[in-house]
Amino acid sequence: MFYREAGQFKTTYEADGQILPIRQDRIALLATLTLAVLVLPFVATPYLLSAILIPFLIFALAALGLNILTGYAGQLSLGTAAFMAVGAFASWNFVYRFPGLPILVAFVLGGLCAAMVGIAFGLPSLRIRGFYLAASTLATQFFVVWCLTKIPALTGGSASGVITAQKIVILGYAFDTPQRKYVLVLLIVALMALLAKNMVRSNVGRSWMAVRDMDVAAEVIGIRLMRTKLLAFAVSSFYCGVAGALYAFAYLGTVEPEAYSLDLSFRILFMIIIGGVGSILGSFLGAAFIVLLPVGLNIVAHGLGLPTSVASNLELMVFGALIIFFLIVEPHGLARLWQIGKEKLRLWPFPH
Amino acid sequence: MNFFFEVLIGGLLSGVMYALVAIGFVLIYKASGVFNFAQGAMVFFAALTCVGLMDRFGMPLWLAIPATIAAMVILGLCIERVVLRPLVNQPEITLFMATIGLAFFLEGLAQLIWDSQVHQLALPIEDVPLQSVLDRFNIVVSQFDVMAAAVCGVLVLLLAVLFAKTKVGRALRAVADDHQAALAVGIPLQRIWAILWAVAGVVALVAGLLWGARNGVQFALTFIALKALPVLILGGFTSVPGAIVGGLIIGASEKLAEVYIGPLVGGGIEGWFPYVLALLFLLVRPEGLFGEKIIRRI
Repeated sequence: MFYREAGQFKTTYEADGQILPIRQDRIALLATLTLAVLVLPFVATPYLLSAILIPFLIFALAALGLNILTGYAGQLSLGTAAFMAVGAFASWNFVYRFPGLPILVAFVLGGLCAAMVGIAFGLPSLRIRGFYLAASTLATQFFVVWCLTKIPALTGGSASGVITAQKIVILGYAFDTPQRKYVLVLLIVALMALLAKNMVRSNVGRSWMAVRDMDVAAEVIGIRLMRTKLLAFAVSSFYCGVAGALYAFAYLGTVEPEAYSLDLSFRILFMIIIGGVGSILGSFLGAAFIVLLPVGLNIVAHGLGLPTSVASNLELMVFGALIIFFLIVEPHGLARLWQIGKEKLRLWPFPH
Repeated sequence: MNFFFEVLIGGLLSGVMYALVAIGFVLIYKASGVFNFAQGAMVFFAALTCVGLMDRFGMPLWLAIPATIAAMVILGLCIERVVLRPLVNQPEITLFMATIGLAFFLEGLAQLIWDSQVHQLALPIEDVPLQSVLDRFNIVVSQFDVMAAAVCGVLVLLLAVLFAKTKVGRALRAVADDHQAALAVGIPLQRIWAILWAVAGVVALVAGLLWGARNGVQFALTFIALKALPVLILGGFTSVPGAIVGGLIIGASEKLAEVYIGPLVGGGIEGWFPYVLALLFLLVRPEGLFGEKIIRRI
């Protein structure tokens, strides 16, 4: 009833192949985007913007990157934060070494650097798979963070290892307030999400999924494994790299290796598990969940008068329990729940 | 030259401790195909429980250890019941991610029950150089490390006996070979898995006590799991001897690399060197040193 597609006929191939075939979806997405761009920046408090919405969008972008690699191409990675770090440091270096370089170009170049690192560390995936690969992506994590702490050339010779990120200025317009940063991040993330959505619907995405489902079979039907896997690593790392750059420039304001720890990698992995492995929407839902959960828990803990240490341990436990819960009850995550909800709405009020 | 041997022996002995954690992994992976990322958290949980019992309730060590073993057995049973049983027949990668969740849960639980302080753990062996070795070869070898290695040896021996000679061990091997065939001949699969998790818990306790006595019982213990991973990659996920040999190789090479290559590149390479070593090795032999050859069919 609420979600009726009766009467929406497709008469062209374009109409049939569009991203959101149902009118309600299009309207809802448009409304959400309008709300996010035109209303939220003006009504939301700076705290909400800079402490919740900006990290949410950035994490969603990183989760999108990991989802491309793990959810679509089936290569489990525990080194997401390392690719983010490469993106952040590369962007910083480009702006630092080439003054006058537009910052958006620096972000893209940072993403490309991350993509190259991704390809380099994706090479083992041609020989090894599954757990072995997951464990070897940890090598990326430790190696990259070590490089960034030990090689002064990468950090501009900063003694403390903490560098202040440059100001974001595009065409003479400074993105320095939470509102402006939020809008910039939102536009970048929305654009890249659209790209990702189209990519996974295309030839490339289908070959990723074929490799994920069974790589030997995929090879037999003529998918070139090497190209497909490395492309997945490259695209995924590019997304993570841009997310890392935004994380440093638009959220933290500093560029430091410690910000990109193994813990961050795990958090992004949790986002895609909870949100939905192999789903673009899931990346956003998962990111929202993981960003909001600690905030919610803190409020509850504060309300109950629990000390901070108890609250942080409870947070660990709730995270862990939720992961297990989702894997048992709904392995496809929140995205699948949303889908089920839509199916129910389609039939409502008649269950059959 | 003496210095080289000192580093080598120190590395080998710490490798034994890595192997101990890796064995916990292997036990579970072999019999149930679950790659247990939570092994490090179990080490932490076990050590913290033991120390907590001693500190808070004033238990002596000889009483705290059996009590902790009991706790680990109960924990193992609970994990089997709550986490693994509902996930039977899921893809291995799902089980792996579930154990990541389990690791977080256990870390939180351990610190919630006890606390997040660093605890000192005094075992009745002191960390002093062995005098006889020092006199004869002029090499410093810690008495504690040698004892730890001996404990590991005994433990491995016990496990070998358990696997080879007892009825439970036969059942364990049968389950490891083929779940369904084992079920068909009447081996209670779930009970075997529960036993396995309990055994892995006990192994975790031994590892936790040894590491804890050396570095203090603290959150950093969970990172041992990360040290054990390259050991596993090198040795193969399904082989106890592989875990031991892998542990020795990783332990020795990481210490040697830190001492001889480290200064050239700024030090601190212990964190990633084992991984890179294991990774290079994988490119030559994708199933690890003693791993089973993986045959892939459509």
